[in-house]
Amino acid sequence: MKVSVYRYNPEADRKPYMQDYTLDLPEGKDLMVLDVLNLLKEQDATLSYRRSCREGVCGSDGMNINGRNGLACITPLSQALNGKSSLVVRPLPGLPVVRDLVIDMSLFYQQYEKIKPYLQNDEPAPAIERLQSPEDRAKLDGLYECILCACCSTSCPSFWWNPERFVGPAGLLQAYRFLADSRDTATDERLAELDDPFSVFRCRGIMNCVNVCPKGLNPTRAIGHIRSMLLKNAT
Amino acid sequence: MSNIRTMDFDAVIVGGGGAGLRAALQLAESGFKTAVVSKVFPTRSHTVSAQGGITCAIASSDPNDDWRWHMYDTVKGSDYIGDQEAIEYMCSVGPQAVFELDHMGLPFSRTENGRIYQRPFGGQSKDFGKGGQAARTCAAADRTGHALLHTLYQGNLKAGTNFLNEWYAMDLVKNQDGAVVGVTAICIETGEMVYLKAKATVFATGGAGRIYASTTNALINTGDGIGMALRAGFPVQDMEMWQFHPTGIHGAGTLVTEGCRGEGGYLVNKDGERFMERYAPNAKDLAGRDVVARSMILELLEGRGCGPEGDHVYLKLDHLGEKVLNEKLPGILELSRTFAHADPVKEPIPVVPTCHYMMGGIPTNIGGQALRQDKDDKDQIIDGLYACGEAACVSVHGANRLGGNSLLDLVVFGRAAGLAIDKSLREGYETRAASQSDIEAALATVQAIESRTKGEKVADVRKDLQNTMQLYFGVFREGKSMQEGRKKLETLRERVNNVALEDTSKAFNTARIEALELTNLLEVAEATAIAAEQRTESRGAHAREDFTERDDENWLCHTMYYPAEKGIRKRAVNFSPTTVDTFEPMVRTY
Repeated sequence: MKVSVYRYNPEADRKPYMQDYTLDLPEGKDLMVLDVLNLLKEQDATLSYRRSCREGVCGSDGMNINGRNGLACITPLSQALNGKSSLVVRPLPGLPVVRDLVIDMSLFYQQYEKIKPYLQNDEPAPAIERLQSPEDRAKLDGLYECILCACCSTSCPSFWWNPERFVGPAGLLQAYRFLADSRDTATDERLAELDDPFSVFRCRGIMNCVNVCPKGLNPTRAIGHIRSMLLKNAT
Repeated sequence: MSNIRTMDFDAVIVGGGGAGLRAALQLAESGFKTAVVSKVFPTRSHTVSAQGGITCAIASSDPNDDWRWHMYDTVKGSDYIGDQEAIEYMCSVGPQAVFELDHMGLPFSRTENGRIYQRPFGGQSKDFGKGGQAARTCAAADRTGHALLHTLYQGNLKAGTNFLNEWYAMDLVKNQDGAVVGVTAICIETGEMVYLKAKATVFATGGAGRIYASTTNALINTGDGIGMALRAGFPVQDMEMWQFHPTGIHGAGTLVTEGCRGEGGYLVNKDGERFMERYAPNAKDLAGRDVVARSMILELLEGRGCGPEGDHVYLKLDHLGEKVLNEKLPGILELSRTFAHADPVKEPIPVVPTCHYMMGGIPTNIGGQALRQDKDDKDQIIDGLYACGEAACVSVHGANRLGGNSLLDLVVFGRAAGLAIDKSLREGYETRAASQSDIEAALATVQAIESRTKGEKVADVRKDLQNTMQLYFGVFREGKSMQEGRKKLETLRERVNNVALEDTSKAFNTARIEALELTNLLEVAEATAIAAEQRTESRGAHAREDFTERDDENWLCHTMYYPAEKGIRKRAVNFSPTTVDTFEPMVRTY
């Protein structure tokens, strides 16, 4: 099989290029794209990419696979190829490349930090846990599972254009995770910090984020909830 | 390599998983200049993969639950070589540590009355084994590790902890008195090497499951802290004790939580028989993990395995119904569909015992201070070095860890290490500075790798090492075969000392990191092999075909492996809890 991989080493290369590899695949087994990269790395140790859990929960190996953002470790080769004969792997788009498939995620993390992704509660903590009904807890489902892989934000044209000012789908999903938490008391402050033309309202409902999220989460819906809360607060 | 840059901290924590982040949080809140050095962005650490939960007597599921019952289960689970004072500390402080996690925002699942949801796990009982199965494992669906790790990272963001993310710690720096005064580290993105000077160095580097060919562990679990400790000449404890988790997905190694059996799932052989009823008539599928793993292997050896090769058994969940599975085990549905091509709603998951957890590690006291023995076998503190979490052996797990106790271990002892360092620094702990040659000594490993222009590939040597450990030091062990394994490891040491880098560039050079990790894998493997061969009995996870019985007369003790002698010394188990009576060793049945 032909595998075409984006290569760039800032010390040696003036500009990035695509390198083609030929790989003999073991028969009768549908490898994951990460397995393919690991086999390539045995051939060519200079290939750099991030990986850790290899089971889709740590979010290290987000990359662009045959044109679509996803996690290499849970993308089966058959699904990635979808009838095509070759695999094309590139770094996630829209952020600077450090080397090969490794991107600089600083802006992505900055936007995450900006929304104060931690519980705030100004009342003294009880001696046990803060009680929360199963119904209130259920509001966090589909939000807390985010793995910060950046597949969503780097597929979002609004984030490509304004990565400094638009929080992006990943950050906004977490913003809503804390707005929705019955244990958090900082709702007004959180909304006030998001209330500008860029942080939330640069979302144009393109829904690439929903389309690519490897955990099946729906940032667009969360953004919709934040918009409603902002509008309600404004009236 | 002449003068490298020095960065100066009060405390340096190596590892950004649950234990490291909990220790960091304690120190950041106390105002000490703390840095977390993590070879991956912290939320990519292996804690993220923990599924089922954190076991703790918070008295939600059963209002009469008692931490002493949890202590009894843990001592019994450890096959009596867990230190009782440490277990007492963990079980009694546990509820406070868990409530702190809730206050920090951890999205625990809930009961109808709003408390934290608890599920049954293996080895749990009420009333000191007399009151039947307990439900003591606090859960956030089946993503508890993910929820815990993200919550701790978020807590550290709030507290303003310094992070050196994607930095790799290479070796300990010791001063002229033999005290630990920091580590050398490399910034992966730029390739710059730095001396991180610290009064307290905490190893929270996690496990080393990657010494085995088949493991539930992340690719990053290469035992870096153990390797660094051994290269510095410090001992490690109980390294023969490796937990094989009963339910790794066959072929992929991915973990399937014990919570599946806690929620009512069970194992069947090719005849559809629920075979655990034969091996553990009371606890059945919720017996200790060592017991279940051995029973599974016996089923395979006796020809009752499933599939064309008869090399796995099935975990049946479909009878629980789609609604329960979606609510309680959503992550397992995803993993099974992806990695086993089996939909648990309709069909069983093919599973096999898979290397999961290192019970051994750097011996420490309750405050996380690393220990060695003096010439009279008395414990001696290693100045400046701390360890917590899986990298440490405090020892609360002894010869077999109970499910759900690892997350409790890492929050309780991460916190305890933070508290102990806080106290030591406030009391004015000081050491003499490292000399230039002390720092250079901690660059020797990387320099040796960089100096070779010809040699073997890292990937080839690593694969042979993993296969050797799998073959000779697996679920069942035998003296002769282990000696053979040790000989292979001697050859592997020569090969590790002869690997050459195929990439010498600086920017994000993962080939260099993998070569350094290989040196750590080898140290862990060798310590495991030597300790396993020396312990001539069967206890907990260490099962020998040539010594099938537990031998309390000779082996009711820890093994301490010393790298200079490549041999072990015995260390007494603590049988002196401070507020309850000692749990005396008994025959361990489930």
